[in-house]
Amino acid sequence: MSTKPVVEGTYVFGIEDNRRGYALNKLCSTFTSAENRELFLQNEAAYCDRFDLTPEQRTAILERDWIKMLDLGGSIFYIFKLAQLDKKSVQYLGGIFTGMSTEEFIAELKAGGRHFG
Amino acid sequence: MAEIIWGLATSHVPSIGAAMDNDKTHDDYWSPLFDDYQPARDWMAEHTPDVVLVVYNDHANAIDLDLMPTFAIGTASHFPVADEGWGPRPVPPVLGHPELATHIVESLVDEEFDITVANQLQVDHGLTVPLSVYTPEPGSAWPCPVIPILVNVLQYPQPTAKRCYSLGQAIGRAIASYTENIKVAIFGTGGMSHQLSGERAGLINENFDHMFLEKIQTDPEALTRITREEYIREAGSEGIELIMWLVMRGAMKTEIERIAETYHVPASNTAAALALFENTESPS
Repeated sequence: MSTKPVVEGTYVFGIEDNRRGYALNKLCSTFTSAENRELFLQNEAAYCDRFDLTPEQRTAILERDWIKMLDLGGSIFYIFKLAQLDKKSVQYLGGIFTGMSTEEFIAELKAGGRHFG
Repeated sequence: MAEIIWGLATSHVPSIGAAMDNDKTHDDYWSPLFDDYQPARDWMAEHTPDVVLVVYNDHANAIDLDLMPTFAIGTASHFPVADEGWGPRPVPPVLGHPELATHIVESLVDEEFDITVANQLQVDHGLTVPLSVYTPEPGSAWPCPVIPILVNVLQYPQPTAKRCYSLGQAIGRAIASYTENIKVAIFGTGGMSHQLSGERAGLINENFDHMFLEKIQTDPEALTRITREEYIREAGSEGIELIMWLVMRGAMKTEIERIAETYHVPASNTAAALALFENTESPS
């Protein structure tokens, strides 16, 4: 039984998530090379085939379903490399994760951030 | 013998580096943060160390999910600047200090801290942004050699806050037992409160941050009693980076003097802080 904390509204990335999300995160990790970034953009589906993705992970990547990627074991630090390839900011992702527009999310940050509990 | 002359706690938000790289530090968004940095920068420029230890975490660049060392120390003579997915930062390559790094590793393992040795390491914004906070315009070279000290904060189980503090204390002893007369600065990086993903994305907790900013000087042991779950709950899933400040604090003396402090919301999605401490009093 894992001792990993459960915190509502929060992904706590642990060893089991690493195992589940390995191929998805591994794919994103290859974007640290300009050559790989170019290869991916040329043919995303073929690039995905090089990794042992589950069908759900493959679809989530190709459809840019950011929440699904996290649910399937993605780590934000890997997924963010894919977002950067799309020229999407971490505020754009924040908007997606919280059901806001990018502008609304930025406005909340500028107003002091979001508060909980 | 070597001595630690000051410690710098600082956020390592990538966009703080990008603001400097893209000449945006005078923008309305960024100028309050960078204006506040100036007193600390002026003081550090007058108190130059011979080597800097940077306690930081890699962000899926040099370290991927194949191997996740809890603590690692870079022993190489140089550390290339990583391409994190959008090209490397336009900053000088980072030179190491293999002799001191080797001494620290040997000393720590003798003290039963089982350190991973990084003999090849690309350094990402976690290390280079703090260097830019210290030295905004390095020219062709950083002002001194750097020893990277890596902490796993990306994957649970992260080390406990208490273990980070203990590691810092052992690093302090390692510096004190190094026979060459050199001056050392230590950086604890990351934080403050922030969370990048999940429904709580955008979390900022000013009350927690101000408590932490105070106690990192006056009562670090209280911060070692905060559980990892509490760090995540209070400071966010990425705010747990604050445990790295405790490595810095542990390496310093019991009484330290606060030279400068800044706190700014937001820098990108993060509460960004800087706290600079002189290593003044004798250890108890």
